[in-house]
Amino acid sequence: MISKDEVKHIARLARLGLSEKEIQKMQKELSLVLDYFEKLREIDISGIKPYTHAIKTENVTREDKIEKELETKTQKLLKLVPKIKEGYVKTKQVL
Amino acid sequence: MDLSKLTIKKIHQGLLKKEFSALELAEVYLAKIKKEDKKINAFLTVSEDLAISQAKKIDETIAKQEEIPLLGGVPLAVKDIIAIKNVRATAGSKILENYIAPYDATCIKKLKEQGAVIMGKTNMDEFAMGSSTERSAFFPTKNPHDQTRVPGGSSGGSAAAVAANMSCYALGSDTCGSIRQPASFCGLVGLKPTYGAVSRYGLIAMASSLDHIGPLTKTVEDARIVFNVISGKDDLDSTSVRRFKINDSKLKIENIKIGIPKEYFAKGIDLKVEEIVRAAIKKYETLGAGLKEISLPYSTEHALATYYVIMPSEVSANLARYDGIKYGHFAKEAENLIDFYFKSRREGFGEETKRRIMLGTYALSAGYYEAYYLRAQKIRTLIRRDFDRAFKKVDVLMTPVAPTPAFKLGEKLADPLSMYLADIYMAAVSLAGLPAISIPCGKVKGLPVGFQIIGKPFEEEKIMAIAEIFEKYYTKV
Repeated sequence: MISKDEVKHIARLARLGLSEKEIQKMQKELSLVLDYFEKLREIDISGIKPYTHAIKTENVTREDKIEKELETKTQKLLKLVPKIKEGYVKTKQVL
Repeated sequence: MDLSKLTIKKIHQGLLKKEFSALELAEVYLAKIKKEDKKINAFLTVSEDLAISQAKKIDETIAKQEEIPLLGGVPLAVKDIIAIKNVRATAGSKILENYIAPYDATCIKKLKEQGAVIMGKTNMDEFAMGSSTERSAFFPTKNPHDQTRVPGGSSGGSAAAVAANMSCYALGSDTCGSIRQPASFCGLVGLKPTYGAVSRYGLIAMASSLDHIGPLTKTVEDARIVFNVISGKDDLDSTSVRRFKINDSKLKIENIKIGIPKEYFAKGIDLKVEEIVRAAIKKYETLGAGLKEISLPYSTEHALATYYVIMPSEVSANLARYDGIKYGHFAKEAENLIDFYFKSRREGFGEETKRRIMLGTYALSAGYYEAYYLRAQKIRTLIRRDFDRAFKKVDVLMTPVAPTPAFKLGEKLADPLSMYLADIYMAAVSLAGLPAISIPCGKVKGLPVGFQIIGKPFEEEKIMAIAEIFEKYYTKV
């Protein structure tokens, strides 16, 4: 069973606010799922490379050119931002 | 003639013969939505104005005696995780409740070019995380075959919309069965293409190495028509690939070898479901195909556990973008930046989403990465290797889609693990990126049951052709 402190630590890493009740519930449910993962220990994985891609593709690149539409696209995206000041995205103070 | 029951080709022919107009057709479906969807709850947004303007455009083309594409004027429903320009896209989440997509997903752009008529956006589990559509932040969708039961998930709204004839066909997304399982529960054809066959541009990301877009349709023929339009390389998705042309015109049933992985018929499967699926496979044998029992040792229980390590890891990374700053729900009051993140995400995400973000963050965190994520990715290699080995001996594999028919609303909600187990036959194929199709093959107490045909990468045409052989026989009965 993972500890309450671990749950709190993970929640902080995930930037997820959890209530005391949610922390308790999460502790129980995460432990159950983690127990379920124990099945994976039965399998011998020595010498096996981790999977990276379903289909082999390498260095997919495109020409580095400016799109004509870029400005209107930017405007559309900025319209979705809740708080804007002088064309910048506004957040709470970082430092 | 009930216009809402027609297939794509029938609609096309009807439009060409002027038996009905595209506008009349759209109005029939819109009326159906108004009437039926109060009970079924398949749609989150009905795009009436868009549908009518698209239908009128097709009618104008017909009036000018110009050619119309096969999908021109055909009503379509789209899972709410796929972006349509200027239409709300919630992904079933409160955090995107008021999000209006600023652009079209590539598959939508292609379908619009073919004259598709978009009826609306369909309900789903939040960010596609669920197997019943009960995890939608808005409301659950009901199975049109039995309204006390779930339509499956996460593309449950898309499946219910087509099954209730509120749309001719629909788009869904499949990360671990989210097209195939609802297709099985609702008596439809559901195709999960090869990873990379359909561009993911405009698909709201859940687990990027596992997400696929595909069609839910009434027939295999319809699935083929839609797949042929939406597939192909796209510069906006670097994992998309050029479509491989595999010629299957010579497909003869006598030359087909079918593999039956024994692990898919082990404990846990409903006996009636097993009987129906085995009978479907047997049909191929009587038609001349060869059957061969094979073993894919890690493809059920281990695959599901592997999936539940890899998927949440990718979820935790992908969903980090929802911070309340760039778009979506945000906390009205917060003390400082970190408190703002905590509150915005706490208010915006639902229970299952939070659980998976936590699980993924844990699996990727210092000290656990090797034990969970890395180990799972190595097992994923083994799973793919098993499939590759099997395909040296057989052409396709046939399995059940789900261990049971549609379950009752609320039945699995309290126990996350029991919900996860509903996708036990789906995980391995998703992890390996293989194409698979779900085909109706019978009913248990009036509830549809499907079976799954799995193919080699880019052999969509082959599995569809093989599916069609059974479909012809099945619809005759």
